[in-house]
Amino acid sequence: MVRREVVGAHYGLRDWLAQRITAVVMIAYTLLLVLALARMPQFDYWHWKAIWGIPMMRYSTALFLLSLYVHAWVGVREIIMDYIKDAGLRLMLYVFTIIALTWYAIWSVQILWGL
Amino acid sequence: MASAASPRMPKPRPKYLNLLQIRMPVPAVISIMHRASGAVLFLVIPLLLYLLQTSLESANGFAAIRSVFTTPLAKLVLIGLLWAFLHHFCAGIRHLVLDLDIGTDLAPARASSWAVIVVSVTLSLVCGVLIW
Repeated sequence: MVRREVVGAHYGLRDWLAQRITAVVMIAYTLLLVLALARMPQFDYWHWKAIWGIPMMRYSTALFLLSLYVHAWVGVREIIMDYIKDAGLRLMLYVFTIIALTWYAIWSVQILWGL
Repeated sequence: MASAASPRMPKPRPKYLNLLQIRMPVPAVISIMHRASGAVLFLVIPLLLYLLQTSLESANGFAAIRSVFTTPLAKLVLIGLLWAFLHHFCAGIRHLVLDLDIGTDLAPARASSWAVIVVSVTLSLVCGVLIW
């Protein structure tokens, strides 16, 4: 007897998990950022710049933004999947989304380390 | 696969697919808002990156952005975006808790949905007052 197992495209659980891990990372970062902003003695350019110059803040922000882009990919792909019926258009939107998110990731590193 | 032919016709089931006609339960409303706010947040990523970049590049850039955000319109847009973020944030935390199998019964699920709405709107108003 052939044992048949129901298998899918295999990205379901992985994406489900990725969505939750990135969410937890972003929640932690949000609290960190609110704390950092609340502790600013004065809201001016130099204090603002100083916050983002702290290595801990820089790496946390990079991790946050990376999580955001993975999270956005899973979410946006789901939205496209649900509403766009035409396969060609759907594929095109996937490609645009991937290109946009990759571009944002490179841009983010540039902003954070190009100070 | 339909079961063996039944002697009587199945009753036509009511289908209310018009979203404006069905009365959605609160969890459905915040679920749709979770999706809508996520889409909005995705679309404003480049704007936010641009603002961060300009504000960090030079004191002039920082001052320019600050002056843009003194206008009521820009403040309203910012508060709207904060609300989108806070709703997505709170509804997301609710999701994580539901995943832990906490509050999955009907009554607590509805109560937590209301909590998401109340907390995110309240925090948005607090931020709005602080910004204004």
